[in-house]
Amino acid sequence: MAIKPASISIDSRPYPDIGDYAVIGDCRTAALVSKYGCIDWLCWPRFDSGSIFAALLDRERGGYWKIAPSTPFSVQREYLEGSNVLQTRFQTSSGSVALLDLMPVRDTTQAVMVPDHEIIRQISCTAGQVDIEIELVPRTNYGEKVPPIRNFGKLGTRIDNGHGVYWLHSSIPMQIKDSAVWAKATLMTGETLAFSFTYTENAPAVLPLLEQVPGRVDACTKWWQGWTAQAQYDGDFRDEVMRSALALKLMIFAPSGAIIAAPTTSLPERIGGDLNWDYRYCWLRDASLTIRALIELGFWLEATSFLDWMLHATRLTQPELKILYTLYGNRPPAERESSILRGYRGSTPVRIGNAARDQLQLDVYGEVVDAAAQFSFHGGELDREMQKVLIGFGDYVAKHWDTPDQGIWEPRTAPQNHTHSRLLCWTALDRLITLSENGALKGGRIDEYKKQAEAIRQQIQQRAWNEKLQSYVSELDGEKVDSSLLLLSWYGFEKPDGHRMRGTYRRLRERLSTSEGLLYRSEDLPPEGTFAICSFWEAEYLALGGGTTKQARDLIKTLTKYRNDLGLFGEEIDENTGQALGNFPQAFTHVGYIGAALSLTQREKGEPQLGHRPESATPQTSHLKQEA
Amino acid sequence: MNWGSWILSGFIATLALSTLLVGSQGFRLTRMNVPYLLGTIITPERERARLYGFFAHLVNGWVFSFFYVYIFEARHMVNWWFGLLIGLAHAVFLLTIVMSLLPSIHPRMASERKGPTSRRQLEPPGFMALNYGYQTPISVFIAHAVFGAILGSLYHLH
Repeated sequence: MAIKPASISIDSRPYPDIGDYAVIGDCRTAALVSKYGCIDWLCWPRFDSGSIFAALLDRERGGYWKIAPSTPFSVQREYLEGSNVLQTRFQTSSGSVALLDLMPVRDTTQAVMVPDHEIIRQISCTAGQVDIEIELVPRTNYGEKVPPIRNFGKLGTRIDNGHGVYWLHSSIPMQIKDSAVWAKATLMTGETLAFSFTYTENAPAVLPLLEQVPGRVDACTKWWQGWTAQAQYDGDFRDEVMRSALALKLMIFAPSGAIIAAPTTSLPERIGGDLNWDYRYCWLRDASLTIRALIELGFWLEATSFLDWMLHATRLTQPELKILYTLYGNRPPAERESSILRGYRGSTPVRIGNAARDQLQLDVYGEVVDAAAQFSFHGGELDREMQKVLIGFGDYVAKHWDTPDQGIWEPRTAPQNHTHSRLLCWTALDRLITLSENGALKGGRIDEYKKQAEAIRQQIQQRAWNEKLQSYVSELDGEKVDSSLLLLSWYGFEKPDGHRMRGTYRRLRERLSTSEGLLYRSEDLPPEGTFAICSFWEAEYLALGGGTTKQARDLIKTLTKYRNDLGLFGEEIDENTGQALGNFPQAFTHVGYIGAALSLTQREKGEPQLGHRPESATPQTSHLKQEA
Repeated sequence: MNWGSWILSGFIATLALSTLLVGSQGFRLTRMNVPYLLGTIITPERERARLYGFFAHLVNGWVFSFFYVYIFEARHMVNWWFGLLIGLAHAVFLLTIVMSLLPSIHPRMASERKGPTSRRQLEPPGFMALNYGYQTPISVFIAHAVFGAILGSLYHLH
C-alpha cells in the first residue's frame, strides 16, 4: 500500500439525488451516506443534536467525510443481509474496492470498553489496485463552527467541539490541512484500511482499537440479524417489509423509545422551494399506524417502549397533547433558519426546530388512544397508570372535539374544521368505549364518551359528506378532498366497500392521483411531490376491502418501484422523475409500506385485519344501540 | 483529633465536592466524569463503572479529608480560608502530579507514547487534565477550594 501526498479541496461536486443516500445508525442517531462514499449528514450524539457533517444541505459549508476511489467509478451497494450495515462496491478501470459503513449499536451490558458513539468504515480492495482518497471535513453546529483539529500521535486525531470531542483513528497516517483531515493511498488486492470516528461528551473517552474492527463489524451485523429474525411476517413482500422495518428501527431512539419522523432537516419537498422542515422530532400523529406495524411484525419491545414513551414522556402537557415532542418528551426548540447552510440544491431556508410545535391538531388524541387500543387488542396489558392517562385524553376530547384546528397536514394557516381531526376524535372515544367494554379500561365517563362519539359521527356523516361530489371532503361543509379521507375505513368509521367510501375513493383518484398511480395529499397545499404514505393508505384501503387483492397487490408493486436501490423511501415522490423528495428516509412512509403489506397478506390468508374492526367497522351507532 | 467532627464535616465536604464536579460536567465546564474515571479502575462496564466510581469518590474524599483535619490539628488552626488554601494546594497536586501519573496508575488508561491497546483504551488526561476540556482545571480548583472551605468551617479542633 502506498500513501500519496495530496491537497484538500472543499467538495464542490453537484448534489446527489436524495434517493442516492443510504442511512446507517445506532438507534440514537443516524448518518446519511451517499453512493459516492461520502457521509453528508451526521448529528451527534442524538438525532436532534447539532451536525458535524451537513454537506447534504450545503456542499461547501456543511462538512463531510468521504472515502472513495480518486478515479472515475461505478457503484453498486447493498445492506448486508438482514442488517443496517452498508456495503458500497466501487468499480474502477484498475480494480474494485468494497466499503463497509456502520454505526455499532451500543450494548450497555457488555463488559468491554467501546466508544460512546462511533462510525466504523472499512475499505478493502477486492481486485486490481485502486487509488483511494479520504477527506474528513468537520463543520460543527450546522456549519457554523470550524472546530480545531490536532494530531495526538498514537492516540489519533482529535477534533474539539467544546463540550464534546471527536477522535479519528485510521490504519494510515492522516494529514491535517485547511481545517480538514485527509489522506490518499493505493490499495492492492487483499489490502484493507479501517477507520473509526467517535464522539463523546464524557472524559475519559474510550479510544477504539482498529484491530478490533473486523470483529465489531461482525458483531454489529449479527446484532441486526438477530433483531430481524424476530419478525413474524412471511408474506410475499418479505424483503421489502424487512427493509422497511430495519429503516424504522433506525429511527427509534433507544434510550426513550421515541420514534422520529426522519433523521434529517430541510430536505425539500420541492427542489428549489421553501417547503423545508425539521423532522428530527416525534410526531404523535404517526403513533397508531406505527404501533400496529411493530406489533404485527412481532417487535413488541419497540411497540411497548413507544407506547410507554407516548403515555409517560408527554406527561408535562397532559391531558393536553402537543403534536410533536423531542426525544425525551420536551417541547422542541423554536424554529430558526440557518444563516450558514444554503439548502439542498439551493432550497432555502434550512430550518432547525419546528414551528408546528405551537399548532393545535386534535387528531393526535385519536392516534395515541388508538395506539394503546391496538396494543390492548393484541394482548398487551394497560396498567392503571396508563388507563388514567387514557381517560384524561378521553375527557379532553369529549370537551374539545368541536374546536377548529390545523389538521394533519399542518398548513401554516388559520384553524379549520378538518374531517380527519373529527375522525380521530371519534376514534379516541370509540376505542375507549371498546376498551371499557372489553374490561381493559376501568373508569372513565363512558356514557359521556358514547354521547359525544355519536355527536361526532353525526357531524361527520352530515357535514363532511358532500352529496354533490358523492364524497367525504377535507373540511366540514367543504368542496375539496384530501388523502387522509382514506383513513375513514382504516379507523373503522366506514366500511371500505360501502357506498360512501367507494364514492370518496373515486373522487380522490379523480382529483389527486397522477397518471402513474401516485397520490398527492391535498388539493389545497402548494405544489410539491406526491405523498408516499397516501399511496400506501390507498393500497391498504384496497387490501382492507375497498378493492380486490389484485388491485392492492398491483399498487404495492408499483409503489415498490419508487424505493431507492437500497429499499428506502423519502416522504414524497416526484411525479415526473420518480425521485425521492423531502426528508429521508421517512419513518411514516415505511410504516405505510408495512401496513399495506400486512393487510394484504392478512386478507389473502383470511386472517383478521386490524384489531378494532369487528367492534367498530359498522356504519351504525353500535354503542348507542347496545345501550338502548 | 475530633473523630466525630471529622466524620461529619468530611462527609458533608465530600458530598459538596462530588456535586460540584458532577455539576460542572452537567454545565459543560468540563467533560471529566470523575465517577467513570475512578470506576473504570475497577470494571470496564460503563454503567457499573459509574456506580462504583461514585462510591469510590465518596470514600476517597473522606480519606483525603483526614489529611486536611490532620493539618488543622497540627497547626492548631481551623477556619474556612485555611481550608480553602489547603484545597487549592490539593487541586494543584491533583492536576499536576496525579494527572500526569494517571496513565501509569490507571489499569485501563492509554498513554500518549504507546496509544490505545487492548487493555488500555481510555483517553489520558494530559497536562492539568486539559484533554478533558480547557476549563477542567477551573472546575477542579473551585471544587477543591469549596471542599477545603467546608471542612475548615465545620471541623472543630480537639
